[in-house]
Amino acid sequence: MSSVPKPQAAQRFDAAASRRRCLKYRRRILDVSQRVSALHIAPAFSCLEITDVIYHALKRREDAFVMSKGHGCVSQYVILEDLGVMPSAEIERYCTPQGVLGAHPDIGTPGIEASTGSLGHGLGIGVGMAYAEMLKGEGLQVYVVLSDGELQEGSTWEAAQMAANHKLDNLLLFVDLNDFGGLERISEHHPAVFPVAEKFFAFGWEAAEVNGHDAAAVHAAVAARKGGKPFVLIGKTVKGRGVSYMEHVPIWHYRSPNKDEYAKAIAELKEISS
Amino acid sequence: MRNTFANVFYEEAKKDPRLCVVVADISPAGSMEKLRKEYPKRFVNTGVAEQIMIGMCAGMAMRGLKPFAYTIATFALFRPYEFVRDDLCYQGLPVTVVGVGGGVTYSTLGGTHHAMEDVAIACAMPGMSVIAPCDPEEAKAATLHCIGQQDGPIYLRLGKAGEPVLGSATSAPFQFGKLRMLREGSDACILGYGPILKMAMQAAEGRSIAVASVHTLKPLDREGIARILAKYPKVVVLEEMVPQGGLGDAVKALAWESGAKCRIECLSLKHEFVHVYGKHEELLAAHGLSVEKLVQAASAG
Repeated sequence: MSSVPKPQAAQRFDAAASRRRCLKYRRRILDVSQRVSALHIAPAFSCLEITDVIYHALKRREDAFVMSKGHGCVSQYVILEDLGVMPSAEIERYCTPQGVLGAHPDIGTPGIEASTGSLGHGLGIGVGMAYAEMLKGEGLQVYVVLSDGELQEGSTWEAAQMAANHKLDNLLLFVDLNDFGGLERISEHHPAVFPVAEKFFAFGWEAAEVNGHDAAAVHAAVAARKGGKPFVLIGKTVKGRGVSYMEHVPIWHYRSPNKDEYAKAIAELKEISS
Repeated sequence: MRNTFANVFYEEAKKDPRLCVVVADISPAGSMEKLRKEYPKRFVNTGVAEQIMIGMCAGMAMRGLKPFAYTIATFALFRPYEFVRDDLCYQGLPVTVVGVGGGVTYSTLGGTHHAMEDVAIACAMPGMSVIAPCDPEEAKAATLHCIGQQDGPIYLRLGKAGEPVLGSATSAPFQFGKLRMLREGSDACILGYGPILKMAMQAAEGRSIAVASVHTLKPLDREGIARILAKYPKVVVLEEMVPQGGLGDAVKALAWESGAKCRIECLSLKHEFVHVYGKHEELLAAHGLSVEKLVQAASAG
């Protein structure tokens, strides 16, 4: 199989612009949090730089994107809003009967290509998409963002095997390795999830590991991939990155900040490069 | 029936490059082997991995292909249940899940291979259509329907190989969502689906008993069933499925809603696992299903 072209990754990446965008996105997400309690702030903050790089520097319009960690979708919503795909009015109506957006992405809503929320589904769907695109031969690529908790799902490894069996090098997987499930620290309570890159190597993937909040490093790792195999970028991240009291604190998987917490978060947010 | 499916699929696949089949480590029957040789990329074997079989079908459908998932019924539906539910039904994708060997067809393999509650489960899933043809002719028409539609997921329940043709030259053609009379009669009508209707035809032989194939379990032909409930003094429902959540329950509910005056008997698999091995008929007998029982049910006042 010939290597799939990587036109976007070859472009120069503007890291400063990415930092500015992600600061804006974090503020926007915090604003949304003041209207509804149903929000996964911390897991959205951990995958924000990764998702920003995919949308702004890698993915072409015809390529596919699957947010397998559906609870990270508010990061996707605010990026799609910024790109003009998601109407701002829908962000304002988030999680209300008047709107179409929920706390997990749903196929058919603006810019959303797959319904996720139940974990361990997105990579399999991505493999099917990548397989179809390989058959069609139009050179399109598939981007999937996975949570580290999904590495505990058997279905993820069924999908990983099939991707490698068929050498789907048009499949690019991004693991948001924030080291937390909904309940506890993974490395402490489920140490066998690690090492991650070695597992993907053993499954026949090309793998790279970088700081997942360093957008330039994420982009560079993708640009440097050799091809010929499915590619996984393991992004080491911090759950709740950007707000000190949320970082590494599991409750912020679910909670929305109250008024005082919101003010504190807005006050301390700044551009992040690692 | 299995071979009919494979032959029809192969012929259509030659014409439509979007058609693909995704199997989970099951040997390709009939023309499926030809499909595999001639179009190797369109025959995908995920190995012993059913969740990815369904997940891949979802992704392939989302990118414009027409995939069919195909394996033994228990592994097509039960093992990857939540993938069928979320990936196919929730997203409304036109993927056909083919379950081979519905009911206790795999009569020597034990309960792990008996799809005893598959129709109930498939019917319970929002957005899922369910078809269970009774013979190779219905299997052919049902396969063509699945290939031709883009409305949403379908569970296609097949038997295995060697089923006789049950309809006659005068039987109406298969129409999705409409029951089909296999033979006429006036004393009673047997309603059922799948290869077990062979038993119904045997029971009706020499008697004035009508037999109807309710091949489409969802959407159910409510009007057609109501007409039968109004026409016959006795209606017998025969299904190779557990007694809950199948055609029997639906017919009784419809009878109540339509104020039917007929008597209704429901024959089904027992709601238990039987640890019995033998021929298909012997497994059915272990579940209390036989031609004699059916004749008795159709005849009793």
